[in-house]
Amino acid sequence: MNINATIFGQAITFAILIWFTMKFVWPPIVAALEERARKIADGLAAAERGKQDLAQAEQRSNEALNEARAKAAEIIALSEKRRNEIIEEAREEAKVEADRVKSQAQAEVAQEILRAKETLRDQVADLVVSGAEKILRREINAQAHSELLTSIRAEL
Amino acid sequence: MSESAGHSTSEYIQHHLTNLQEGHGFWTFNIDTLVTSALLGLLVFGLFAWVARKATSGVPGKLQAAIEIVLEMVQTQVKDTFHGDSGAVAPLALTIFVWVFTLNAMDLLPVDLMPMIMGAFGVHHWKAVPTTDPNLTFAMSLTVFFLIYFYNIKVKKLGGFMHEVLTAPFGAKMAPFNLLFRVVEDLAKPVSLALRLFGNMYAGEMVFILIALLPVYLQWILGAPWAIFHILIITLQAFIFMILTIIYLSMAHESH
Repeated sequence: MNINATIFGQAITFAILIWFTMKFVWPPIVAALEERARKIADGLAAAERGKQDLAQAEQRSNEALNEARAKAAEIIALSEKRRNEIIEEAREEAKVEADRVKSQAQAEVAQEILRAKETLRDQVADLVVSGAEKILRREINAQAHSELLTSIRAEL
Repeated sequence: MSESAGHSTSEYIQHHLTNLQEGHGFWTFNIDTLVTSALLGLLVFGLFAWVARKATSGVPGKLQAAIEIVLEMVQTQVKDTFHGDSGAVAPLALTIFVWVFTLNAMDLLPVDLMPMIMGAFGVHHWKAVPTTDPNLTFAMSLTVFFLIYFYNIKVKKLGGFMHEVLTAPFGAKMAPFNLLFRVVEDLAKPVSLALRLFGNMYAGEMVFILIALLPVYLQWILGAPWAIFHILIITLQAFIFMILTIIYLSMAHESH
């Protein structure tokens, strides 16, 4: 074991290496490590935020879906009701129309009957007159007996 | 190399434990230690700086990830042990760990490889593992020792530091004993740091040299397990040097 001047040379080399490490090795790597740690922390926070956002969006979409479903059900119910109303209205209208047509027909029939009666009456009157003419075997003065004839006609 | 002609066993061992030296007396330089440690330092810290310069905070490459693992290990150790402003301590700890680990790792090269390569260039002695040279380990531990005093005085000011030296742990009445305790304690720090690393690596290298003396067909039986075990040793020694440095500097920052 011989100590000699080598010790100075080694001490100088050692000091230079310490200085070199302090200046060129340690700071950049530590900076990179800290930067990475920060990035990872940011990334984790962002992921957490994303997760929350997703949950919120899911909740919102569920709410919207439920709302839409409720609205659709409401619309269907409403339309069903409306359909029933329309059917009911149509039925009502048809009934009114049918009644109207029926009463009109009845009125026409009654008029027809009246007219037939009139015609019948006239014919019967003519028949009666011509019958009476025949019976009397003489011509009846229509003008002279018009009053009589009219009264007979009225009686028929 | 087990039975090379003209070399006795002790000469072989002696040859492997001799530094390439230049100069006389104290002013001798161990060229192999200086060159190997500086070259490896340049290489590994150059690599670290290169990766650091283009370090991305996004997805790291494999090399960057590996370096980040080492750095975060050091950072965790410093954070766990050192309370206060660790601005300079953490890079210091990284330097120690990486450098000592790299220098120790030279131990895993075959013991004859570097001497043979250097021998081909006409260099007769070349110790491949710089941490088996006490000059290197003491240079590091004394630098740490200097830093301990630097931070002691910087944090506590000279008065506070002297007060601590004279009053802890027995109180002001026992000042001489406190001082004596402190001197022993503080001297033990660099000596134990340096000798622990040096002793472990020197002994490990010695065992490798002894294994190299076995017949070629037997060497792997001991060589492989010892090398595998040594992967643990070199990492552990680097880690111990680093963690003790952190603890010593942490103590320098805190008042008793």
